[in-house]
Amino acid sequence: MVGKNVNYSFETMHLEASKSITPPRVKMEAKGVDVYYGDKQALEKVDLPVPLNRVTALIGPSGCGKSTFLKCLNRMNDTVVGCRVTGSITLDEEDIHSPTVDVVQLRARVGMVFQKPNPFPKSIYDNIAYGPRIHGMTRDRTELDQIVEESLARAGLWNEVKERLQEPGTSLSGGQQQRLCIARAIAVNPEVVLMDEPCSALDPIATARIEELIDELCNKYTIIIVTHSMQQAARVSHYTGFFHMGELVEYDHTEAIFTNPQQERTKGYVTGRFG
Amino acid sequence: MGFSWIGTILAILAALGFLVGNQRGQGLARLGRLHSLPRYHGVFVALWTALPGLLIIILFAVFSTGVINGMIMENSQGGVENAQVLSVELNKIQLIAEGSMPFREGMGISWDSVERMKNLYRDAHLSALFCVIVVGVMGFQYALRRINANFRARQEVERIVRILLVMASSVSIFITLGIVLSLIFEALRFFAVIPVSDFIFGLQWSPQTAIRADQVGGSGSFGAIPLFAGTLMITGISILVAAPVGLFCAIYLSEFASPNVRGWVKPALEILAGIPTVVYGLFAALMVAPAISDFGGQLGLDIASESALAAGLVMGIMIIPFVSSLSDDVINAVPQAIRDGSLAMGATEAETIRQVVLPAALPGIVGALLLAISRAVGETMIVVMAAGLAANLTANPLQAMTTVTVQIVTLLVGDQEFDSPKTLAAFALGLSLFFVTLILNIVALGVVKRYHEKQ
Repeated sequence: MVGKNVNYSFETMHLEASKSITPPRVKMEAKGVDVYYGDKQALEKVDLPVPLNRVTALIGPSGCGKSTFLKCLNRMNDTVVGCRVTGSITLDEEDIHSPTVDVVQLRARVGMVFQKPNPFPKSIYDNIAYGPRIHGMTRDRTELDQIVEESLARAGLWNEVKERLQEPGTSLSGGQQQRLCIARAIAVNPEVVLMDEPCSALDPIATARIEELIDELCNKYTIIIVTHSMQQAARVSHYTGFFHMGELVEYDHTEAIFTNPQQERTKGYVTGRFG
Repeated sequence: MGFSWIGTILAILAALGFLVGNQRGQGLARLGRLHSLPRYHGVFVALWTALPGLLIIILFAVFSTGVINGMIMENSQGGVENAQVLSVELNKIQLIAEGSMPFREGMGISWDSVERMKNLYRDAHLSALFCVIVVGVMGFQYALRRINANFRARQEVERIVRILLVMASSVSIFITLGIVLSLIFEALRFFAVIPVSDFIFGLQWSPQTAIRADQVGGSGSFGAIPLFAGTLMITGISILVAAPVGLFCAIYLSEFASPNVRGWVKPALEILAGIPTVVYGLFAALMVAPAISDFGGQLGLDIASESALAAGLVMGIMIIPFVSSLSDDVINAVPQAIRDGSLAMGATEAETIRQVVLPAALPGIVGALLLAISRAVGETMIVVMAAGLAANLTANPLQAMTTVTVQIVTLLVGDQEFDSPKTLAAFALGLSLFFVTLILNIVALGVVKRYHEKQ
């Protein structure tokens, strides 16, 4: 951890970058998180506060641990055999690993969108209605219809699919499928949405559409996005964390990371000299 | 010298053909750009050398015995009363000629005919060898002459290989067709004696008929309803056992078991599929059926010592591995991504399995159940031993029942005339069984297809 320089509190972040932003509340916070896959350590002492109603981007070369970190936040790592997480991760100041927290409820509050669109083999309607149904969020069909319509509308997909809600979700194009998955994730009204390289399988037009969507969604949700595209991080995020070799090298306002990085490694990565 | 020798020679010829063709191709390649890789030229020549010869070997192997027997029969005058005696003698001659039986005086055959057969076989083999070599060399030369720089050897080889593939697949189709046709024709002979309506709608099955005029026997009634009812009952019971147990087992193995447990349990289950059905039959007849009977006795129920229930239960155990192993495979093939998608929505594992994984795996699971059902329908041994032979028409699983396959076996066991209705009834039963499973397959395919469209 030589020369590690991470700003833990938003107040102390670079003045020029943060002066227009009032210091936001911390929604989720990781403190000293280590992750092991068997004997191999994948993450080392990661401290990262996630601000409420902002977009936080995690960047870094492949295998640096950013996706692993993302999966810690809704405990999807629990399903990976041999994976061990230590340290504390809090959601609204409550440790998500504490015995009082039900992982099922945690995941309902912290939704996730995956790298590849993964619609269920069901109709478009049932894909969206899946979450509300299992969580018993609606009392009747009208309410469910309403949630489906709202979610699809918020994901910018409603106008494209409103005539064909009973068709299979897999019949949509790749970009539409990914927006369907976003709509599915927000249908259960989560507080945080994790996105694991949501645009890596999409063309530039679909990517632009999703980025717009992220911009709109962050009014209501806290978003954490893992991305390989630094342009994307610069375009959509307010805060950016740079991961390298399993550690969080630098975390700051996005502008600061891209224009005035404090670490040599960050500088090297964002200017394209390595990674 | 037998056909295996000729085959070996042919293989050597083909190998030579490959070497020469390959050489020729490489020679051409040195001069300029070749259309195909040199080895395709080699394969092309080898195929043209080997395949015509192979055809000749097959023709000789199929027809030589018949032709030679015919020639021997033509030659042997006197002492031969009828065809049956003749065929026995021919067999003897053949065995002696092959050297698998020593020749003794007083066997009713002459050493001359043995010698003659030996000679005929030798001639046949020699002429076959001659033909194979001639045709092989001709094919070899033809193929070699076609090779030049522009020759599309790869396409030619691929064409020949495709023809071979088509032939291989048509073999199974033709054999199936042959079986169905023979069933149909024999069944037609049966229906010439017994009206179709009696067979399909008859409620009485007692196929014992008098073989000779002086024998006492039933007039024979061939109503198949009791048999199909029995088949349905026993298959139904076995599926009621196997479907839930097998499916739950598959879900446990694919979703919950650690790799270690899985590595043990799956092979163990597959051993269950390897137990001979006779052993299952013993188990059913000697342990399950009496146990059920005793248990029923304690409840005050009158249960026969041979019951459809016992047969069905044991048959269900037998087909568990079919359901569990195949379902396990298809459940495993459901992409992890959609499982993760469901779990990340805050679904429990149960919800994920019930609402996402199983629907995605349903076509495969239906396929597994279907395979299990067809195994159960075709199973004979367990039923013979545990459910008895009595063709009762009853809805009570505690009584003895019998199935179509069991009756086919009993019809053909023992000395029979081949044209009596009793024997021919076996073909009619076989044909109806074939149609039942065919319809079952079509229905299941329809179900799967409709489900796919809905998705």
